Amino acid sequence: MYTQMSDGIDGNPNAADEREGAFNARLDRAVKIESPDWMPEAYRKTLLRQISQHAHSEIVGMLPEGNWITRAPSLQRKAILLAKVQDEAGHGLYLYSAAETLGTPRDEMVAALHSGKAKYSSIFNYPTLAWADVGAIGWLVDGAAIINQIPITRCSYGPYARAMVRICKEESFHQRQGFDIMWTLAHGTPEQHAMAQDALDRWWWPAVMMFGPPDSESVHNEQSLRWKIKLFTNDELRQKFVDQVVPQSERLGLKIPDPDLRWNEATQHYEIGQVDWDEFYRVIRGDGPCNRERLQARIDAWDEGTWVRDAAAEYARKHAARSVA
Amino acid sequence: MSESWPQWEIFVRSEAGLAHKHVGSLHAADARMALENARDLYTRRNEGVSIWVVESTDVHAIDPSEAEAFFEPSQDKQYRHPTFYHVPDGVKHL
Ligand SMILES: [Fe+2]
Ligand SMILES: [Fe+2]
Repeated sequence: MYTQMSDGIDGNPNAADEREGAFNARLDRAVKIESPDWMPEAYRKTLLRQISQHAHSEIVGMLPEGNWITRAPSLQRKAILLAKVQDEAGHGLYLYSAAETLGTPRDEMVAALHSGKAKYSSIFNYPTLAWADVGAIGWLVDGAAIINQIPITRCSYGPYARAMVRICKEESFHQRQGFDIMWTLAHGTPEQHAMAQDALDRWWWPAVMMFGPPDSESVHNEQSLRWKIKLFTNDELRQKFVDQVVPQSERLGLKIPDPDLRWNEATQHYEIGQVDWDEFYRVIRGDGPCNRERLQARIDAWDEGTWVRDAAAEYARKHAARSVA
Repeated sequence: MSESWPQWEIFVRSEAGLAHKHVGSLHAADARMALENARDLYTRRNEGVSIWVVESTDVHAIDPSEAEAFFEPSQDKQYRHPTFYHVPDGVKHL
């Protein structure tokens, strides 16, 4: 039996080690872990942190784009943006649902977001100053999200992997509608072209930072790779993003705001200049341009919705009582 | 006062002729709201023609630690499979 393997390796044949050995053997055989299965506490905690932060990012991520729903330049653009933002709400809920299978109620996760204990993606702490920002977000931010998320469809935890399959199916619409906005602006009047360039100038570096700190500084990388919660390192994913986006920017006729950007013939990859990681850490710590505003908007939405949630619960209770009687 | 709405497991039939399949969960105050939320959450792109919602507390499952013993009775009955039997050369329609 494979549980005995751990005895031989670490010479410590107690029950917890046997279970851990069986767990690792299961990961090695690429058998998914499902919600009631035994798992090391550290695996559960890491997953819970990652999935709930991912959920929070989807929910907070509705705010920068929601800012433009009432001011979209046409009825069709407005309908598209509404559908896109609604998808993001859906992504948040798929992920809360996956996280709840780890035994933590959703209210607890939401409370952790509101208290500032739980983080969300740094990208959503930047402002959307112009309509072109909605294009840049779809193209770059959803584009980066796709590169981040596709490998997670193969991660070791079943509920997370399944949620990610649904999400990835919907993301490509997000990316394309963003690119379509950029394309239209880039081929419009000189003012519209300048607006698209300005949005790229402001969103490029924050998008590059979305993949997290460089591998040399990333604390979670190695263990998560071993647990198959992560399948590629931050730098590998970032490289993939750069290689995809640079040619797209050329087609758009827009310039990536990086004087050091160059093509390396030997490696067949683009190389980017120095990322301002101080800015990244500043934004993660809470000092980005919109951190306070974003969090306050979430807290207000929750507080102002309390009476609606309570009324619906009371209605359900009265209805149930009446149907019994 | 603020309380959490109960959690519901959601099952979607993607087309007539197929069984309902579990797709995830959500929170709702009652069954009707669970159905409507499930429509908005899990069938935004024609993924379903029917939805079942079941309160999560009403779902019963075996404990994974007993799975091996639980399914053990079916492990040693190879004769339940047609491949167990030898078919002599030349015998057709068997
Ligand atoms: Fe999303
Ligand atoms: Fe998206």
